[in-house]
Amino acid sequence: MTEEIIIAGFGGQGVLSMGKILAYSGLMDNKEVTWMPSYGPEQRGGTANVTVIISDERISSPVLDTYDIVVALNQQSLDKFSPRVKPGGILMYDTNGIHKHPSRTDVKLIPINAMEASFELGNSKAYNMVVMGALLEAMPYKLPMENVMKGLKKSIPERHHHLLPLNEQAIEKGRSLI
Amino acid sequence: MKEEVKLMKGNEAIAHAAIRYGCDGYFGYPITPQSEVLETLEALMPWETTGMTVLQAESEVAAINMVYGGAASGKAVMTSSSSPGISLKQEGISYMAGAELPALILNVMRGGPGLGTIQPSQADYFQATKGGGHGDYHLIVLAPASVQEMVDFVALGFDLSFKYRTPAMILADGIVGQMMEKVVLPEQRPRRSEEEIRRQCPWAANGRKGMRTRNVVTSLELESSKMEEINNRLQERYRAISDNETRWEELDTEGADYLIVAFGSMARICAKAKDIAKEKGIKVGIVRPITLWPFPAEAIRKAAEGKKGILCVELNAGQMIEDVRLSIHDAIPVKHFGRLGGIIPSPQEVVEALENNFIK
Amino acid sequence: MEVKDIIKEENKVYSKPALLDDVHMHYCPGCSHGVIHKLIAEIVEELDITEKTVGVSPVGCAVFAYNYVNVDWVEAAHGRAPAVATAISRLWEDNVVFTYQGDGDMAAIGTAETIHAANRGENIVMVFVNNAIYGMTGGQMAPTTLIGQKTATTPYGRRVDLNGYPIAITKLLAELDGTCYVTRQSVHTPGAVRKTKAALKKAFQNAMAKKGTSVVEIVSTCSSGWKMTPDEANKWMAEHMFEKYPPGDIKDNA
Repeated sequence: MTEEIIIAGFGGQGVLSMGKILAYSGLMDNKEVTWMPSYGPEQRGGTANVTVIISDERISSPVLDTYDIVVALNQQSLDKFSPRVKPGGILMYDTNGIHKHPSRTDVKLIPINAMEASFELGNSKAYNMVVMGALLEAMPYKLPMENVMKGLKKSIPERHHHLLPLNEQAIEKGRSLI
Repeated sequence: MKEEVKLMKGNEAIAHAAIRYGCDGYFGYPITPQSEVLETLEALMPWETTGMTVLQAESEVAAINMVYGGAASGKAVMTSSSSPGISLKQEGISYMAGAELPALILNVMRGGPGLGTIQPSQADYFQATKGGGHGDYHLIVLAPASVQEMVDFVALGFDLSFKYRTPAMILADGIVGQMMEKVVLPEQRPRRSEEEIRRQCPWAANGRKGMRTRNVVTSLELESSKMEEINNRLQERYRAISDNETRWEELDTEGADYLIVAFGSMARICAKAKDIAKEKGIKVGIVRPITLWPFPAEAIRKAAEGKKGILCVELNAGQMIEDVRLSIHDAIPVKHFGRLGGIIPSPQEVVEALENNFIK
Repeated sequence: MEVKDIIKEENKVYSKPALLDDVHMHYCPGCSHGVIHKLIAEIVEELDITEKTVGVSPVGCAVFAYNYVNVDWVEAAHGRAPAVATAISRLWEDNVVFTYQGDGDMAAIGTAETIHAANRGENIVMVFVNNAIYGMTGGQMAPTTLIGQKTATTPYGRRVDLNGYPIAITKLLAELDGTCYVTRQSVHTPGAVRKTKAALKKAFQNAMAKKGTSVVEIVSTCSSGWKMTPDEANKWMAEHMFEKYPPGDIKDNA
């Protein structure tokens, strides 16, 4: 089992932390993991992306040409990464603000409206956890929710641990979008 | 602290590894992409646990000279920086080589020259392996390709530098520094007691305990014949390091038609490229130098036997390629592939470079 | 009475400090370094801290201080002594660490290290020998060279429009919260030597008591660089140097 995933969007959308939770969850599931961020000024706005690889085997390159799963959270990222989904792979994108939808027929297209879902939850900050839920649901490798929660707990500072139930709720909401 | 499995960035891992090694002091100055080393140390407050000193210096120059002072007193001390900061440290590094002091220096390379970019690079290969500062000296240069190696090389670097009384450098790049991976942190080692330090480093300047003969740590010798002796001693030591401490890793070199030589993060990307090439029917093996100095020349010469060509993949304009060509005396064609300015080549690009240079 | 009748243990009023090596110094006749070395050797002995004293020598004439005072030494790169001393002092808490620096080391190439070590209040002593010239390299301008003073690189005298003003770094250091004791002394008369010794002793005691950074500037002569006889140099120093660098305590919070 190897899942090669990229999550791309605007800086501030929680892209890097989503990747981190995913990587932690993989670790909790006894897998090999790498988390490779784009780093630098782009963290302060602009685009940000993170490559996460979860595998049973030793991982070679942390940088990839093509991905099993692409999660694109803005038009720019969608344009950039949709050609790079492996045939048979998954292209998940948030429809919010998207005016040019992907046209590939050899991949599984999963449009979601995570923004709206997070508003329904009454917390736009839970946006990335809604996306996370959708991704977990759509991903062929099924990460046990127990390990996801462990990963979540590990990757957010203790002072925010009271928000864990809200995050769990958001993940469930995301799952329901699939 | 027991052995632990963690997920962390290379830079964070360095901080944890330093504490667990029993490092006595870290002195540094923030610079992207390695500031997490100092940040992590400050957050972990090791002075409360192991007694390790952590100090944010006023400059890289001051930081390396603090390392010089700490090393001169027999302590296990280190600093970290990124390319422009490492340039500033060259004075102190040369002095430490001259004064025969053990210390650990981490360079998380970014693109240059000048202020350059904060994105990853391997353009400090020449600086790290060919001297960097003034004078005839070498550093022991370790090139980690994973977060685990960032951890492991802290101990290895310190051990080698104390064994040979010469500074060691971990030459990482922005990729290894910034990526997170699963890592096994070693068990906590106790810091050496002052008594143990005095025994292990009888040359160190830390006070004439027991009214012993004075110790002077200096790199100065104005009498040429004595200075030549000192230089000869250093060269002899470098030969011993070359003989005993050369390290490398080989992947599928036997039966391959082509060889890729790459270090650090590039070797990881090339490992993926090797798999892509295999699917296309191109047989490629990889030699990854782990010590960049001493350079695994003999291993490369052996691995190159019967091959059709070598692709040297570096995140620079072609630096290690000079050592590769010297290793094999240009017996087979050696080509370079690299990206500059902080751009990371993808595995596919490496395969294309291989095809363009040798196959098409 | 013959000489041999006078040289007796009971008549002894002075002896060379045990920690001052019995070797020929490379310093020129009339140079202040020898006296200052002697004072440090005396103080280390009197405070009984030989086993925990570490000196950091500079680049400049005093680079060979380690050949004369019998304590442990680390020879620093030019200007970096305060950084070197910082680490030793922090890593060996019981040690007494001092830097020995000239004007170039302290106030030109090492200004940053000097100011920041003092500002952190490192528990060290900075001995600052100010003779307003670069002795070791052959008499070039120092940051403390006086206006109009001739040196190898100001052959017609230091000019403000070309070279700026002489810097009173000690006064600057006194402004910093990290310094506990900042004083300016000289060693050109027996009385001045006694005062300097008292100042140095206080500085070493401050370091032992972890009170912060002590700075002892010693306005000094360089008869070779100044191209004067030792006697002329002492007079010139008192007449000219003290105007810009007046002796006395600048700060004493200890």
